[in-house]
Amino acid sequence: MSNKADIYKKLGLTDEEYKLIIGHLDREPNDLELAMFSVMWSEHCSYKSSKIHLKRLPTKGDKVLVGPGENAGVIDVGDNLAIALRIESHNHPSAIEPAQGAATGAGGILRDIFTMGARPIALLDPLYVGPLDQPRHRWHLEGIVRGISSYGNSVGVPTVGGEIHFDPCYGGNPLVNVACVGVLEKDKLVLGQASGVGNLAVLLGSTTGKDGIGGVSVLASASFDTNSNDTEKLPSVQVGDPYEEKRLIEACLELIDKRLVVGIQDLGGAGLTCATSETAARANLGMDVDISQVHLREINMSPIEIMTSESQERMLAIVTKENLELLFQIAKKWEIAASVIGKVTEPVESVGYLRIFDGFENEPLAVIPAKSLADEAPLYERPTTKPGQITTKDIVGLNFGSDGKRADLKPSYSLNSTDLKNDLLKMLIKPEWIYRQYDHQLFLNTLIGPGNGAAVLRLAAPGVKKTKKAISITTDGNPKWCAIDPFWGTYLTVVEALTNIAITGATTQAIINCLNFGNPENPEVMWQFSKSVDGLKTACEAFGLPVVGGNVSFYNSTNGVDIDPTPVIGAIGLHPDIAKLLKTKDRNTESYEYDFFVLNGPDITTDDTRFSLAGSKWATQLHNLQGGFLPEIDIDETRNFLIKVAEVVQNQDIGLVQIDDISEGGLISTVAKMLIRYSQHLQLNKLLDPKSDEITSGNIQKQVDYKLGIKIENNLSVNSLFSELPGRAVVQVLKNKSQLFKSCMDEQNIRCYFLGSSTKNTLEIGADISIDLVEAFEHYQSSLDSVMS
Amino acid sequence: MPNLIGIVVFPGTNCEFDVAEAVEAVGGNYRFIFHLDKELSDIDAVVIAGGFAHGDYLRPGAIARFSPIMESIEKFAEDGRPVIGICNGFQVLTEAGLLPGALQKNSNLTFLCEPTVLNIETNETPFTSKLSPGSKVKLFINHFSGNYTCNDQTLQELKSNNQIVLTYLNNPNGSTQNIAGICNATRNVVGLMPHPERAIDELLGSDDGLKFFKSLINL
Repeated sequence: MSNKADIYKKLGLTDEEYKLIIGHLDREPNDLELAMFSVMWSEHCSYKSSKIHLKRLPTKGDKVLVGPGENAGVIDVGDNLAIALRIESHNHPSAIEPAQGAATGAGGILRDIFTMGARPIALLDPLYVGPLDQPRHRWHLEGIVRGISSYGNSVGVPTVGGEIHFDPCYGGNPLVNVACVGVLEKDKLVLGQASGVGNLAVLLGSTTGKDGIGGVSVLASASFDTNSNDTEKLPSVQVGDPYEEKRLIEACLELIDKRLVVGIQDLGGAGLTCATSETAARANLGMDVDISQVHLREINMSPIEIMTSESQERMLAIVTKENLELLFQIAKKWEIAASVIGKVTEPVESVGYLRIFDGFENEPLAVIPAKSLADEAPLYERPTTKPGQITTKDIVGLNFGSDGKRADLKPSYSLNSTDLKNDLLKMLIKPEWIYRQYDHQLFLNTLIGPGNGAAVLRLAAPGVKKTKKAISITTDGNPKWCAIDPFWGTYLTVVEALTNIAITGATTQAIINCLNFGNPENPEVMWQFSKSVDGLKTACEAFGLPVVGGNVSFYNSTNGVDIDPTPVIGAIGLHPDIAKLLKTKDRNTESYEYDFFVLNGPDITTDDTRFSLAGSKWATQLHNLQGGFLPEIDIDETRNFLIKVAEVVQNQDIGLVQIDDISEGGLISTVAKMLIRYSQHLQLNKLLDPKSDEITSGNIQKQVDYKLGIKIENNLSVNSLFSELPGRAVVQVLKNKSQLFKSCMDEQNIRCYFLGSSTKNTLEIGADISIDLVEAFEHYQSSLDSVMS
Repeated sequence: MPNLIGIVVFPGTNCEFDVAEAVEAVGGNYRFIFHLDKELSDIDAVVIAGGFAHGDYLRPGAIARFSPIMESIEKFAEDGRPVIGICNGFQVLTEAGLLPGALQKNSNLTFLCEPTVLNIETNETPFTSKLSPGSKVKLFINHFSGNYTCNDQTLQELKSNNQIVLTYLNNPNGSTQNIAGICNATRNVVGLMPHPERAIDELLGSDDGLKFFKSLINL
């Protein structure tokens, strides 16, 4: 018994869990059964600490075809088309082996999408790493980007967006989240079900090896400790092969297209154990598996290793006997190995059993009710405690508002050109070093690509008929907000995501989320998690949106220090007509006559308390001012803004040239980036002028004509300039249409504040501030490059 | 009748659908040709599309050159008929010896997906006949190994025979003499690193790629 206790504890199971297993089996488990329970009941697979909370999220909606629980969420987008989408984390593997960790993260989520019958058309990768002044953090970022680049590019799925955050809390435990979007014809939707007694289970794809064993339990469901040797966990990291995956995608989509499979499921965390038990459990049936038929990478693999290996690029297809030969033909064409490893069985007294054999002629090695593995892990309502630090933490620089309650960061900070410029430069980091390593254009769908708030893609895919619609997709996170207040932080993050979608002219259809948190056994982390789920729920209900998928990553902590709560929110929107996309048609003109306005939110010339700097990049990263109160938003006004601004952006006649949302770095950063982006386009157009002989060699990017500037007449406060209050946008409008634009905003009940007018080469605020945009531009272009090269 | 374009698909090729869309955008017809096929008799011009043929294992194009289709393509090229290699297709053509030189890793040793401005050096090829020499086009590059290299003698031949088809204005990858595309001495085999098929609509950032495909279908 003590020997057994050693084994199950090493596998990550508790005494109570072991008792539950005995209850499910009515006997003591053998070692194989114990190993199968340990991976399926791991935090990563079972969501045992989070499920009770996640049940609170709204998941229903008239557009939702498949909600959370399947391999991916699926929403109806009309024209007999549907979108499959999902987001996942691959944080722990990426901390140990950044390139392979990130690569297999991309590979895993792709399988979740094409297993639904959808052609994957886009990846997005939100990344959180430590500050780049540390060599190890640069190693993380370099490897993560190389991993996503090498895998995503080669497998032939464009990476169209994402985000990058730097903070010391991710130094030992970077976050690599990956979202994927796929397109399918609605009637080709396939589920991961092993239906039809007597049908065959066929393992497709790569060989099963000794890699990734215990990946979900040993690696993903435990914290890091720099005193122990984490390289010991290296064998738990999987190794990816994008070429195998590419052929697997083509083979599986062909199988589904020809309707040769009744169910299909990818092999990810917990490998064969997960795929066989989940498909059987979903169909309320059983499955017999013969491990002697599994094609192996190496000899002498034990049944435990075969059943828990997380070797990549494998799928489990359920087929009728009649279609087996056709399946083999398609597998052969794409050079994919295919082995019949099992069959679907009748339930015994209404219990579907997963039975593992080494040769069907022999006695079974394991006999477990499939549902006990897939669905019946214990659920924990772990204790929660409000962290004391929120009120006692560093509150340097706090001033109390006139109501005596609202506190805010309002340090004595007088604006002058030098300070403002220095702060602004630190905000301006162009992530191009990252996304130019990603193929972001394949399939010719990318209408607005990386480097912008939301990516906009044509709603189209190879093998799917074209439409005039587009989809708009974004991922957003703001852990500094969530560290101060996980409820409102998460809520505001949703607003930021919705704003990103709305300003492309699209209407958000659904939300996905990747909840990255610390150790759930720490009651303060559980409190953060619970509040964050509540914030997500409340925001989704306020805006009438379903959550169609998500992922929870716990145990993101190093040496007992948890990361800031990092819920990453993904939103997907639908744009009715690509002809109505804002593509800044007037960029060829060299007229400098534009007006700039701020849409929605409080008057920018006032010191409204909603311009709180709490959790802003300016306060937390530039001036080390922590704490404060998050800004409140007016829900009704914001809801109206999000609906109406999408219509406004589609209007081709009101002189709108550019729109961008106010987010990290505040109003001033948004304006600076808009000016830089516009100047860049002017320059590229000039280069393409046949009469121009301005350039014959050298780097185009550096030879930009610094044309567009802005003059802001009012002396805006630090709060107004750097507040990250979401649900707002800056617009650039042709001056001769300025009045028309303003009256259009009035009609739509969108608050519209005049910011300034265009000028040349400088960013001016009031009488005293003038910032040279030449330097800002150079810095924006090269800051990440110079650190990483 | 516009030309029928044969688009070659190796396992790992991923730009075949985009090339097909570009061909259709200029009113052409296409047929995908799987690498195990050998039949090209109905085809008027071959395009080897980009991607990662056979996973780029060993090095880009090194295994693809041994695929069954390549024998037919060599014959097709010997007959003086148009063979175009885009990106990975260019790498395959150099590995197969149908074009001189080689494509090594980008000088900055990272993958590069970005817009670039190119100069049209010659319109005396089946892929550039509708473009004017000296004109500029905006196309996108998307490669890890696009750094064109060749020995001095080859370079002299390329120059003296007017075989350099496209040059970069900003040389993103370290290519010899800014070379982005070349043709063979008989001018019917063309290889280029940028992707004209990605530039077929202003909404995608450029439509300068259309003229390449117009050239190809209206010989």
